[in-house]
Amino acid sequence: MQRRRSSETPKQRLQVHHKNQTDLSAWRKGGRIESEKTIQSHPSPKDQKNDSKQDSLEEALSYFEKVQDRVSLKKNHVLQKHLTTVESIAMQRGLPPEGFDVLLKVALSGKLADTVNTRLLKSLVPASVIPETSVVSAVSWLCVSKCSGNIQLLFLRWLITVFDFIDHKEQLHALYGFFFSFLQDEKMCPYVCHLLYLLTRKESVKPFRIRKLLDLQAKMGMQSHLQALLSLYKLFCPELVTITLPGKMKTYFKNSEGPWKAAINTVRRRNHENPPMFQPLLLGTAQPQSRKRKWNTQLIISASSTNRNNLEEDREKNCVDLYSTNVSFPVEQLQTFSQLLQNIHHLEFPSQMGSVLTNPLLLHYMNCVKDESIYLRLYYWMGQTLQEECTWCVADNNQYEEEFKDFLETVYKTECFLQEGFSSCEEFLYKSLPLWDGFCCRSQVLRLVSWIPLSSFSEVKSHLYDPLAQLFFTSSLYFKCSVLESLKELLQNWLNWHVIHLDSESDSQVHSLNTTLSGLVNMVAELIHFVGWISTIGLRLENNPTFLLYFILDFYETVCDMYLSYNLPLLIMPPAGVFYPALLSMDSVSLNQLCYIMYRYRTNLVAAKENERSKKKILQFKFSSQTYQEYNQYIIAMVGCLWTSSAFQKDIHPQGLHMDDELLKKTAVQEFKTSFNIVYHPAMMGYAVLFLQQAWPDDTTFDFSLIKGKKWNWYLEYLYAQGLKGLKVFIESSINRVSQASHSKAGNVQV
Amino acid sequence: NADPQKTAFLLRKQWTLYSVTPLYRFSNAHLRDYARLLSAFIAAEKQKGLAVEIGVELDIKVAVSSLPDLKGSDQDQAAILVQLSLRSPASPKNSEEKLVWSGWFCCVSGDHLSETVPEDFTCLPLFLANGAESYTSIVGSWFQKTFDCCFRRLAISPLNLSWMAAMWTGCKVDKTTSAMELVFSVPCLPQPLDISYAIHPEDAKALWDTVQKTPGEITQEEVDVFMDCLYSHFHRHFKIHLSATKLVKVSTAIASAHCDGIIKFLQGQYLTGVLMLLTELAISQIQ
Repeated sequence: MQRRRSSETPKQRLQVHHKNQTDLSAWRKGGRIESEKTIQSHPSPKDQKNDSKQDSLEEALSYFEKVQDRVSLKKNHVLQKHLTTVESIAMQRGLPPEGFDVLLKVALSGKLADTVNTRLLKSLVPASVIPETSVVSAVSWLCVSKCSGNIQLLFLRWLITVFDFIDHKEQLHALYGFFFSFLQDEKMCPYVCHLLYLLTRKESVKPFRIRKLLDLQAKMGMQSHLQALLSLYKLFCPELVTITLPGKMKTYFKNSEGPWKAAINTVRRRNHENPPMFQPLLLGTAQPQSRKRKWNTQLIISASSTNRNNLEEDREKNCVDLYSTNVSFPVEQLQTFSQLLQNIHHLEFPSQMGSVLTNPLLLHYMNCVKDESIYLRLYYWMGQTLQEECTWCVADNNQYEEEFKDFLETVYKTECFLQEGFSSCEEFLYKSLPLWDGFCCRSQVLRLVSWIPLSSFSEVKSHLYDPLAQLFFTSSLYFKCSVLESLKELLQNWLNWHVIHLDSESDSQVHSLNTTLSGLVNMVAELIHFVGWISTIGLRLENNPTFLLYFILDFYETVCDMYLSYNLPLLIMPPAGVFYPALLSMDSVSLNQLCYIMYRYRTNLVAAKENERSKKKILQFKFSSQTYQEYNQYIIAMVGCLWTSSAFQKDIHPQGLHMDDELLKKTAVQEFKTSFNIVYHPAMMGYAVLFLQQAWPDDTTFDFSLIKGKKWNWYLEYLYAQGLKGLKVFIESSINRVSQASHSKAGNVQV
Repeated sequence: NADPQKTAFLLRKQWTLYSVTPLYRFSNAHLRDYARLLSAFIAAEKQKGLAVEIGVELDIKVAVSSLPDLKGSDQDQAAILVQLSLRSPASPKNSEEKLVWSGWFCCVSGDHLSETVPEDFTCLPLFLANGAESYTSIVGSWFQKTFDCCFRRLAISPLNLSWMAAMWTGCKVDKTTSAMELVFSVPCLPQPLDISYAIHPEDAKALWDTVQKTPGEITQEEVDVFMDCLYSHFHRHFKIHLSATKLVKVSTAIASAHCDGIIKFLQGQYLTGVLMLLTELAISQIQ
């Protein structure tokens, strides 16, 4: 039936054509031809040339439409001319949708010699789309087998290559059985398999077809094209057929792209369209297996559909139930984000949740679906895999360190993507950190630390801080910095979590006990105290290197802003063991960083105090007076050092710089009072020298005492211009300059 | 409480132990389908690259069945038995099939796990396999793929072995036949050296009875005292400190257990008791 109907279509169209034979552009007017209009609608200087080409193409098409009998190419110049026209236009601009019907028909009807047919088929490069009707009529010509075997093959290869350009595919799907029957032909079989692979939908998979394919397999042995088609059948109907693909297979189908792909890309580029994505084959099973060994652990799992959807008993039970007709979209076919959006309502998670780790689309989907079982499945799989594969906990695993590293990296990336730590990963860290040497998979382990979820307070100290501290004290400077870096990220992740949950607090009634605000505050405070403690000891052990100080101060840049940036009622000052090494650092970077941090502390504390004053009711959380006191002690010391040259007298911090004049005199240092102000400070003296060189180029005595009064202000401007922005905001906020002219009267601003 | 007839075939075979995380969407109603799918999967795995139709007769017959007797409490899932048998190629109609591999999942008094997981999950944390490892790997892979679970070998630590030694010493057996044997391995030697320590079961029982304070209850301290007594007795005769070696195997009339995670049940009446302990070990490995 199908066949007869489709062979009628060209006849009807022929009549229409005959009517308009005199008007060469009449076929453009047909309302059916939409895409042509767009080409016509914007005239440009090129159009004239295009028009002449258009005319010659139309002539050629009408020639091929009328050509009746076998015409020899050698003798017939008209044929030669038209053939060349078609070829050159096809290669340059591609053929319009209307051209395909005529050319396919002539090429497959066997009227002309095979050389001509071959050349015609090779020039079938689409400019935009290929009408489905022309393909259907071509298939009907194929079925009457008027053309040679080579032409049949070439046509199939063409059809595979341009498959994505066919405007609709419904009627083509209806021809599935016809294509399937071509499998008999040994030469065509590989290409037909490929075509069927492109056409197959769930409803095409039938037991009789499976049996036919299995017969072919029995006859021809293991053939990659059959394997591919059978794998697809398995994907759609796992209850009917199964296959395990060998791991090494690379290509399943012979290359059919032939002469067209390059031409298509050229044409597309010319028309300023992106060449279509040639869809990769979706046979997930063929990924390279890891070289090992144990069957029960696989680090990377490919996503495959569950095959439990329609078990026999289910089908018997639900044959009336329309919902059971297996609408779920196979995850193997999920390749693009738009597919995800289109199918999100009937997508199912893969049979093994572990496969989502390497599949960003499924991670997106996971973000949308809040289902406990998803996380539980992932939890079990990840927990077991981490323990089983851990290279430092399991004796024989050390040869697989690279593989494990990659796995930890993948887990970390997933956590970053989901913005959420896995509890299986947390448990793994708690179990394995005490055994860790701090070297194996270092950066991966430390990155995972930064995603420890904010949930279980009691465990963190003994499980995380204690083993980490041991490693911190006994490992290199670089390791210390890495630990601080990951603890900073841990703090930021916790704070972000807190901010997000503040926003959504109203709509989530479930607030577990251990994530109350006071619990959170305690946990954050514990982390900050821990970092303060290891920083103090680390600085002493390493003799205050700038590098380490940088990472420590970087941590405090987050701490000093918690109240304003993260809405957390908590501020903790750095310990004296961090503050003084930074204040007396030899490096302007550290000093500048400290100034910025103190400025942010001030801003946060002032805001907190104002909030307390404005809200009459008693707040649940208030900064203790000790925090203010500590801040004030530090600010006195800082201003005394950098500005008023009175650090040794005024510093009141118990671990501070306060020293008796008698003692200072014994050091025999002249001008000890000014030795840490912004001119003489070892971190700043370099700037002072450069400033003097610019201000008094002829003076080589480097008399620092010249920097005073107006020059002091110039010097300040000079420092700000050198990029010491932290110093600038600190001085502008914390130093109350009574008179702009006299720096000595300036005092410090306490909170 | 298990019917000794129905579980007799589990005795006197070596079982390799695995822990298994809860099975996702496993249903007792579909055991026949599972057998069909699994047998096709095995065929496909054995001839990689060739497709296999599901439901046709294949060389290897798979039977999946339930063992409702193997339970500790009502919350426990019924145990699931998987058996692979080879059809003789000469006479396919012949009903003679040779059992080549068997494995079973069970959960005996695993309440503290099954109570915590949602409905979609089935807790059968202990898996025991007997037969070629290649079959274990195919069957295990299929379960992992199908029910999103994880298999892991379940080793038994020396500490747990000493518990087994003490517990099984105290069990009453109708007729005492075999000696209690403890095997120790001496570490850090160029050649492996195992020390076998055999004790008459009645002597061991007598010793244990002096150690155990409350019948029906065992403490870690009692286990330690029991083992220390055995060690000092051995030291008196051979001047070897067994406490410096590693306990690798315990054999009694009840069962024998190896630290690699291999067990042999010998007494049907204590089957569930031993399984209860193994279930506990399996659960602690997956949690």
